[in-house]
Amino acid sequence: MPVREGLFTADPPRLVGGRCPGCGAPHFPMRPTCPYCASDGARLVELSPTGTLWAWTAVNSPPPGYRGTTPFGFGVVELPEGLRVVTRLTEPDPARLSAGQPMRLEIVPLHTDDEGNEVVTYAFAPDRGGPGGAGAR
Amino acid sequence: MSHVEVAGIGLHPFGRFPDTSITDMGVFAVQGALGEAGVGRGGFQAAFCGTAYGGVASGHKVLGALGMTGMPIVDVEAGCASGSAALMLAAGAIAAGQYDTVLVFGIEKMPKGIIRSSFFDTWQEEAGLAATPAYFALRAQRLMQTSGVTSAHLAQVVVKNRRHGARNPDAMFRSEVAAADVLASRVVCDPLRLFMLCTPNEGAAAVVLRRSVPSGPDPRAVRLAAAVLRSHLPGPVLSESTPLAGLTDDSVPAASSLAAADAFARAALGPGDLDVVECQDTDAARELLSYEELGLCPPGGAAALLESGATELGGRLPVNPSGGLLSKGEPLGASGLGQVVELVRQLRGEAGPRQVPGASVGLAHTVGRGANAGVVILTR
Repeated sequence: MPVREGLFTADPPRLVGGRCPGCGAPHFPMRPTCPYCASDGARLVELSPTGTLWAWTAVNSPPPGYRGTTPFGFGVVELPEGLRVVTRLTEPDPARLSAGQPMRLEIVPLHTDDEGNEVVTYAFAPDRGGPGGAGAR
Repeated sequence: MSHVEVAGIGLHPFGRFPDTSITDMGVFAVQGALGEAGVGRGGFQAAFCGTAYGGVASGHKVLGALGMTGMPIVDVEAGCASGSAALMLAAGAIAAGQYDTVLVFGIEKMPKGIIRSSFFDTWQEEAGLAATPAYFALRAQRLMQTSGVTSAHLAQVVVKNRRHGARNPDAMFRSEVAAADVLASRVVCDPLRLFMLCTPNEGAAAVVLRRSVPSGPDPRAVRLAAAVLRSHLPGPVLSESTPLAGLTDDSVPAASSLAAADAFARAALGPGDLDVVECQDTDAARELLSYEELGLCPPGGAAALLESGATELGGRLPVNPSGGLLSKGEPLGASGLGQVVELVRQLRGEAGPRQVPGASVGLAHTVGRGANAGVVILTR
């Protein structure tokens, strides 16, 4: 089950955002009102599953309320529609990441909750296939 | 036009005080400020109390313990800028003619470790997105990528502030550190190491503001030339508003820049008029970013300003002569007023071994989650 409903779809992996009818800017998560220009009536859009790495680090000890494992990667990925998304990264070693490298969205296990459900969330992984080469080797 | 002056200051040292309640820390600071101002029961018409973690009626508990209630007492939460926000409200009420004398204080008792903030939704905590130092780290990395700031510069900020803090008996850390020690401390979130991050802790600070009396100016009086609070404009992904996403337009000004511009306009002063600055150094990179956002240097010029030695005690524009949050620790509600207390001491010439000679214009800057950015300018 998703860590929160409405943030993403699992198959295919896509973040669910909004696009403003007024200024045209995308946003995430989806809100009916544009956070950038205050226009109402934003349209639900699937965001691009690929982007480039804009900033990154790793979290080495569990932050408050965290239910997953450490260390984990953490950063910002820039999507082609002009949106920078704060996200977990599948790579926990900052030295193995570099500025501008291609990244691809994945839905990843986070933890198993008290009822035994596997909770999943969104994360970006280095896109080994390169630009446009989904999974190609 | 009437002015607002600082009639008295009080401070409970910042640190860890397991045997002292948050209320008693507040009492200590408030008594100090009221005593200096010569103000007793009935001598102030309102009180504003900055606190982020104090809980319900924190300010009432302090003034109740002193038998000084009856006036409006308002708790003010604005994250790291809570004290600055309380000061802005008090100064504005005096300037508007609502009150003549107002008590402003800030109190905090923070748990150890990474701050747990009700700002984040449960799912964000669950997913690891409430990792506050990680956001600082991303901002530090961007600064390093875009402006030539290196790990050596981050270490130099810590060395500088800890050197200053060693001269401040109210600081939590009063020992100097070498750059090698900073760079050998454990990585919290790359590129930030333990010594590069301030410690959330405990403390209290208080200030009595009053309308200036034109007939008989107190020779020790420090004038409050501006007390400004601004929030963020939307867009930047690493803004202190901590959004989940942002846009690629890098021209949107930071909340701190907005507050600084307002404060300089209100005081009819500019960055070149400053003698001393206390700025938000939650982490070492945050201090360098503050140089840029406050206009102390051109964009991209923070490393050069630091390297020049200008921001050290003895330099052209000492920054954080108190030791900053890196030496004092950060009790959120008290930190902004703690800066004001330091600047008042500096402007009165009472800062002892960390005195900036002849200081007559000082600026205090706080910024944190919200976003909330506060800029205060004091003159004498």
